Amino acid sequence: MFPYLLAAILLISLSGFYLGRKQATNLRSQTKLHSLPQYHGYFIALWCGIPTILLILLWTALEPILLGNLVRNHLESQSGGLTPTDYVIMTEEVRNLAAGVALGTQDPLILETAELMRSLQQSSQWSMVVVTLLFAMLIMAFTRTKVAPGFKARHGVELLFNSFLFISSTIAILTTIGIVLSLIFETFRFFEMVPITEFLFGLKWYPQIAIRADQVAGEGAWGAIPVFSGTLLISFVAMLVAGPIGLMSAIYFSEYASPKMCGVTKPILEILAGIPTVVYGFFAALTLAPLVRDGGIAIGLDVEARSALAAGLVMGVMIIPFISSLSDDVINAVPQTLRDGSYAMGATKSETIRQVIIPAALPGIVSAFMLAISRAIGETMIVAMAAGLNANLTLNPLENVTTVTVQIVVALIGDQEFDDPKTLSAFALGLVLFIVTLILNVVALAIVKKYREKYD
Amino acid sequence: MTDRNMAKTARLKQRYAAEARFKLYGKLAIAAALSAVFFLLYTIFTAGYSAFWRTQIQSEVKLDANFLKVTPQSSNEELARANYLGLFRKNVVENNPDIKSRSERRDLIQMFSESAETDLRDLVLSDPSLLGTTQKLWFLASSPVDTIVKGAAPRNIEEERRVVSNLQLRLLDQWTAESRVGSTFNINFFTRGDSRNPELAGLAGALAGSFWALLVCFVISFPMGIAAAIYLEEFAPKNRITEIIEVNINNLAAVPSIIFGLLGLAVILNFFGVPRSTPLAGGIVLSLMTLPTIIIACRATLKAVPPSIRQGALAMGASPMQVVLHHVLPLALPGTLTGTIIGLAQALGETAPLLMIGMFAFVVDIPTSPLESAAALPVQVYLWAESSERGFVELTAAAIMVILVFLVLMNLLAVIFRKKFERRW
Repeated sequence: MFPYLLAAILLISLSGFYLGRKQATNLRSQTKLHSLPQYHGYFIALWCGIPTILLILLWTALEPILLGNLVRNHLESQSGGLTPTDYVIMTEEVRNLAAGVALGTQDPLILETAELMRSLQQSSQWSMVVVTLLFAMLIMAFTRTKVAPGFKARHGVELLFNSFLFISSTIAILTTIGIVLSLIFETFRFFEMVPITEFLFGLKWYPQIAIRADQVAGEGAWGAIPVFSGTLLISFVAMLVAGPIGLMSAIYFSEYASPKMCGVTKPILEILAGIPTVVYGFFAALTLAPLVRDGGIAIGLDVEARSALAAGLVMGVMIIPFISSLSDDVINAVPQTLRDGSYAMGATKSETIRQVIIPAALPGIVSAFMLAISRAIGETMIVAMAAGLNANLTLNPLENVTTVTVQIVVALIGDQEFDDPKTLSAFALGLVLFIVTLILNVVALAIVKKYREKYD
Repeated sequence: MTDRNMAKTARLKQRYAAEARFKLYGKLAIAAALSAVFFLLYTIFTAGYSAFWRTQIQSEVKLDANFLKVTPQSSNEELARANYLGLFRKNVVENNPDIKSRSERRDLIQMFSESAETDLRDLVLSDPSLLGTTQKLWFLASSPVDTIVKGAAPRNIEEERRVVSNLQLRLLDQWTAESRVGSTFNINFFTRGDSRNPELAGLAGALAGSFWALLVCFVISFPMGIAAAIYLEEFAPKNRITEIIEVNINNLAAVPSIIFGLLGLAVILNFFGVPRSTPLAGGIVLSLMTLPTIIIACRATLKAVPPSIRQGALAMGASPMQVVLHHVLPLALPGTLTGTIIGLAQALGETAPLLMIGMFAFVVDIPTSPLESAAALPVQVYLWAESSERGFVELTAAAIMVILVFLVLMNLLAVIFRKKFERRW
């Protein structure tokens, strides 16, 4: 039904376009027009199509709410004396039955109400078709009377276009608002169940909710410190790998390497940046984690099967191209005069790099590192596949730790109820993650901005 | 004098040594990064190439019409409903009369994949006149047998730890000697949906899921991205609001992907009621992530269009909107497409947000619209990687190879676009 209706509206708009254009062309042979004939056509078509489609969307959005209320009233008047939860369950059953999902319900009231709902839905659908088609044709008839020599059709069309452009550019803001609101809203609900002090300062994280009241960790424990510490530990290992390797390769590329060598090796390094993170995760779980474990056992260390070290190492590899390309840009931005001055004083190349170029590029390098850390903290798949699930308050990279992102994934995979703290804890963790990465990004961008002003 | 000279030379030597060392560190760093690339690719390739072929076993089957209770004249429906699994089992057991006990028979039958049933059905349906004849047919081996043949699981260990039993191993060797064990191209991998049996599991469902999600992502983010870029670059007044929008776009590009998953769950699924697990929901979330990339790319290309073109069009009496739509945008479109392809390539590899909105459905049928439950390629990789069965390891790696091929192709396309439409003013 829906696609046909859209096609019909499209057809009406199209015919509006042709009619309007034809009328305007006829007029044009007699007098001078303000707008070209096709703008009259566009004007009719757009004003016909857009409001009608909006009307359809509004209708489909409001219909379930309205019908739900009607059904509820019907249930209430027929049965009387039911608890709110009963109503919720019954409306759900009615909805499923009306949608054709057979549940084997025998309750005559529910069957009857489902029948009512189905007929209501049907009449609503049909009246939507009639109303919207009439609406579209009415607008078309009205807009066609507007075609006249002095009518500024182009302005009308451009106004619509302009609003589309503006609305599109606000999508980014709407997304951010959506992120912030959904995180904050759900986090508040979480803190209604779990005290915020426990979340921020507690040392134990057991998100499992007990099935029986007498089970261990019956209430669940929501101290996020071990989760944060695990995140920091893995990010630290990752930065230990990516920092030196990324920075040194950036230095080598920009100061030593011949263009030919750059041409060959840089694209290969860029492969690392394009590989999906789930691939790194598979690599970490399949190859590197056993390797780290066997290596550890060979030198007499007790390494767990899923260790922070393995996840961190692979994450470090993932971040290398990020650091190297960002640092490369900053190092290249250091003016040649600084290098020439240093060479003129008799410094070797490495002395120049260490004592002139790096200090000059330091703010940029710092911001590159901050962006890399923010990326490491927010990375999900590698740690979900190669790090552990148990929150473990430790600084030993050979142990199994968990991270913020892993806990979010664990809490939200599968069927969730949005009124238990396990599900809601994901949003609290997400809020912390969002704030931390936002701060890192904003500070990093601010540093870059400030630094740029120095040489430009 | 000589003392000072000597000290000088020693100092110089030291400095040159430091120079050489520093250079070496740089080389080592690059070597380390490159070897990581090669190690990674090598691991994936060696783990995954064997998934493209499958072990099959030849077996004689008597297509007994009496057992099936059909005749060549039966209708297709009757033919399709007959008990082919029973027929296959009966034949396999009769072909190996030396195997008597129940558990041994079960072992024997379990050497073949479940697909034997559908293979037989398809054969009879395509040619009912074969009923009553005896055919030598190739059947897919089950996954444990397959891993043993490929050498992916060890065979010289005690029975309890081996994936196949002693009997199965003996039979396998016997059949190999009779050259009844062969291999075939793994067509299932590209034509079928997911399955609990590694030998039958395919990537087609995930490919379709990714295709629909990327299509939705493109349909939303491409026009929106271009529109936003045009507004910001060509029309927006320089004020507080546009500044906030710009900062926002840059920040959005750096928000961790899992946060978008939370957004999708709370707003797109729970608030707007988009159906869970569908490519539609996945595509919407991915489009929000891709939008900043496209906006940034499109703005860069719009900026590169020289002002003289705009002034020329304005001088001819075009309205600002006409200038942009008729003159500037066509020139900027190729560059924007390049950015869009790169953005879509990123979206193709994104996993975490899709996990959040439930795009990890176990889908046997291949989704034909963005409103059906589906998994996406990287999510399929995650699901298979978490499977404990050994047969899924090679499938996971092979699926990764497929993703990488797509990524290479997309990036190649972007490079070709850039080269072809590169314009210098």
